[in-house]
Amino acid sequence: MTRVVILGAGHAGGSAAAFLRQYGHAGPITLVGEEPLLPYQRPPLSKAWLKGEAGEDELQLRPASFYAEHDIAVRLGMRATRIDRQAKLAFLEDGEVLPYDALIIATGARARRLSLPGGQMARTLELRTAADAEMLKAGIAHGKRLVIVGGGYVGLEVAASARALDAEVTVVEREPRILARVAGPVLSDFFTAYHHKHGVRFDLNASIQALEGEGGQATAVRLEDGRALACDLVLIGVGALPNQELAEDAGLPCDGGILVDDQARTADSAIFAIGDVTRRPLPLYGRSFRLESVPSALEQAKQAAAAITGHKPPTPEVPWFWSDQYDLKLQIAGLPFDVDGTVVRGDPDAKTDRGARFAVFHMRGDVIRAVEAVNSPAEFMGGRLLIGAQRPVSRERLADPAVSMKEVSA
Amino acid sequence: MPKITYIEFNGTEHAVDVRNGLTVMEGAIKNNVPGIDADCGGACACATCHVYVDEAWREKTGKASTMEESMLDFAQNVEPNSRLSCQIKVTDALDGLIVRMPEEQH
Repeated sequence: MTRVVILGAGHAGGSAAAFLRQYGHAGPITLVGEEPLLPYQRPPLSKAWLKGEAGEDELQLRPASFYAEHDIAVRLGMRATRIDRQAKLAFLEDGEVLPYDALIIATGARARRLSLPGGQMARTLELRTAADAEMLKAGIAHGKRLVIVGGGYVGLEVAASARALDAEVTVVEREPRILARVAGPVLSDFFTAYHHKHGVRFDLNASIQALEGEGGQATAVRLEDGRALACDLVLIGVGALPNQELAEDAGLPCDGGILVDDQARTADSAIFAIGDVTRRPLPLYGRSFRLESVPSALEQAKQAAAAITGHKPPTPEVPWFWSDQYDLKLQIAGLPFDVDGTVVRGDPDAKTDRGARFAVFHMRGDVIRAVEAVNSPAEFMGGRLLIGAQRPVSRERLADPAVSMKEVSA
Repeated sequence: MPKITYIEFNGTEHAVDVRNGLTVMEGAIKNNVPGIDADCGGACACATCHVYVDEAWREKTGKASTMEESMLDFAQNVEPNSRLSCQIKVTDALDGLIVRMPEEQH
């Protein structure tokens, strides 16, 4: 009977266990997680959960009863220390040794840290885990001054939530625009203006020199131009690094993520890797990439479970992402690789009172490669289908909101 | 607690109690009812919690928002009684609700 061991009990690992059972795997499954919690959803940590609109119960991926009912053995608060590929054994820090026939590495990513003078002080937070979110939530309140280092999605979502709780928010970004690594300039400009309208201050092109404080507590962020931003709390959100050390130490090829194929298999046919820790093929884009997203983690969880059980592999998906900030729903499909232009549909003016609603299509010739849709679900859904089909469209019709996305796709 | 009956594509019925205030999608996940994926966890961002609302219950479950309608427009096998179950809040008025699941959410 095939024994499956899953290292990492996040969204990817927890889902892989569930898909294995769904696909009929009858052998033992052991799910090992470093955090003390059963698998939970991370996206709400910066959004509904932070604002107090969702409880711990709602965060859980599956109810606690699920694991017992489906005979999934769970080890929480436990790190794996080593993999012996020859003997097919996973070693845990408490001395337990788990033999496996198939191993799934789902160890995720950790927050990138800045090596700054003063960076170890209290009230300097990051946001990856529920425990991080607890500390952040405890510190955000009316009138509290929050400085967010890094204008990526985590930083901006927390900024929006903190404004809803009436905290004062400043975002410090090293690049000339926010979302520089993950979105096009039209979207960056729109989100900057929209956050501005909601009272968020920005320092762009700004580098941090040090964190200053008293009694081990951060009280100011010192910029390289000499200015100091007084604060009660600092959130560092400058990206994530894959937790690939276990795989590396076991001699599995890694390159900014564990390298896997389109079945989530590593160079060792008995070892799979899924989620944020992987660098995965993107056949649509002719390259491999490390995606940090729930949909990608779920797709790979299905790939691994299907490969292990002999179930039919899942249909390949166009990568997609979402973010909620204020009353904005941002949905992104595809990635803007090898593009030569953009088509804007709708009005990306943040000052409009009619409710913002627009989409930016990133094109290669007449083929859509990516779409960034703000409060525009039809553009997102229609765009996602067209990206997958790689079917050329009329740029003129795409740019005209009077022509429905159904008609554009027809 | 309102009772909701979820019927899988293969006909398997799951009658479960769902607390007021949860969504029909959350009711399925919390009770281990298969057939609803809910990849985005209820953010109305993915259309993988598609259900067919039993004809007798269509009025009580209300109308889809514009956002939901646009998402459904591009989902597979959509019928006039299609809804995204993350957008239906459970109340006492929905005690007895019956929803059916499509063959696939992807």
